[in-house]
Amino acid sequence: MRQVREHAAWTAIDVGCGLSAASVRIVVAAILILLSFVQPGLAASPTFPALTGRIVDDANILSAYDRAEIETTLKALDVKATDQLVVVTVKSLQGYPIEDYGYQLGRFWKIGQAGTNNGALLIVAPNDRKVRIEVGRGLEPILTDTTTKLIIDNAILPGFRRGDFPGGIKAGVRDITATLLGDAEEVKQRAKSVRKRDTSNDIEIGPLGFFLFWVAVFFFVMWVQTQQAKQLSPSAQARRRRGDGGVIVVPGGWGSSGGWSSGSSDGGGGGGFSGGGGDFGGGGSSGSW
Amino acid sequence: MTRTLRLPALLLVITMSAFLAGCGVNNIPTYEQSAKAAWSEVLNQYKRRSDLIGNLVETVKGFAEQEKSVLTQVTEARSKATSVQIPADILTNPEAMKKFQEAQNTLGGALRQLMVVSERYPDVKSGANFLALQNQLEGTENRISISRRDYIQAVKTYNTELVTFPGRLWKWAMYGGNKEMASFDIPAEEQKAPKVDFGTVPKKP
Repeated sequence: MRQVREHAAWTAIDVGCGLSAASVRIVVAAILILLSFVQPGLAASPTFPALTGRIVDDANILSAYDRAEIETTLKALDVKATDQLVVVTVKSLQGYPIEDYGYQLGRFWKIGQAGTNNGALLIVAPNDRKVRIEVGRGLEPILTDTTTKLIIDNAILPGFRRGDFPGGIKAGVRDITATLLGDAEEVKQRAKSVRKRDTSNDIEIGPLGFFLFWVAVFFFVMWVQTQQAKQLSPSAQARRRRGDGGVIVVPGGWGSSGGWSSGSSDGGGGGGFSGGGGDFGGGGSSGSW
Repeated sequence: MTRTLRLPALLLVITMSAFLAGCGVNNIPTYEQSAKAAWSEVLNQYKRRSDLIGNLVETVKGFAEQEKSVLTQVTEARSKATSVQIPADILTNPEAMKKFQEAQNTLGGALRQLMVVSERYPDVKSGANFLALQNQLEGTENRISISRRDYIQAVKTYNTELVTFPGRLWKWAMYGGNKEMASFDIPAEEQKAPKVDFGTVPKKP
């Protein structure tokens, strides 16, 4: 029964992949055209500045000296706890609420390590008079909504109200860092789990590896077949020739090719800085002045 | 099948299976799983909101005894929302999904009203406890709306895969039992500012 089902599936595969390229192209094109009409305008995302470093000063409110000072703190945090904290100032929120802008920016930049999701953003929109601490999923238990609200109200906003943006940002970064490093034991655990994953997961299997894998499978199957053929009695060989039994079906459940290449998480050592693959789910708080 | 044909046939099967992933054989189950995961996140965030309400009502009650009607409304909406039975097939059952959504939206509306009313009482408004709860509630509402958006997106991907090529063929061949999932519509009351009728003129949006 199972065999029959699988046979049906294989036939279907033939249909699916065996259509002539031209007809496939026409069908796909037709669907794409249709889709472009059907697709509802679902929360079009804003355009984001490029991630040029741990500090993205798009609104130009920080001096080179301030940037260097903040950068040192941010880098130390990354080295110690692998938490990625990024300070971003934007010219405009493009009409979006800062909560909407923030989580999408975090996801776009993939701040934080993959799996641990230990990223956070301090977003300042001076022209909209809004500030937000956007917290990655993994840091939500540490940088809770209440904690971030307190940091915004007590550390960041007093400076901003005086027009002292660098001062407010520095105080905010100081308090966020202190909170993240507050529980030394927990910090150690967090860093350890990320580093362990980094070393064990860093084997990238590219297309060549994929190809070699299948060549190996092919030769293995060949070998099994010849071994079987040697051992089989004449009657069994006759049965095999009739075609019942001996069908090797590779079940369709194995992962997509994407599953083989692990995302490399460059924690930002050396010159460049990039997000490690962290996810955001709306943690944090906002404030305005 | 003659012996000379066996090997090429075998080779064909193997090479073809290598390209299957590229053909999208796994798309339907993969998208289905991510839609389900997005749905659990939605439920999770709704639960979080529901858990906050008890404390919130207690805090406001002490200061604003006269706002009984709003408080009762919130409590009732909450028990109604938590008592809604979630059938196992809710994801493919638009009716059940609608019912669930309505209960949650009523609760959301009642909560917003409670927050607006509370703003009128300086004692409530300035209490540290209330401020913390208000902040948590805001955070939860934010997470709810994000998780809902993620769910809508995941369902869209999944449903599109079911009805377009080549997902359509895969559904026909292997996943005959997979049905399209129900999505949310963003309720109208979530988009407009909360309105309170206490005889005063509501703020213009």
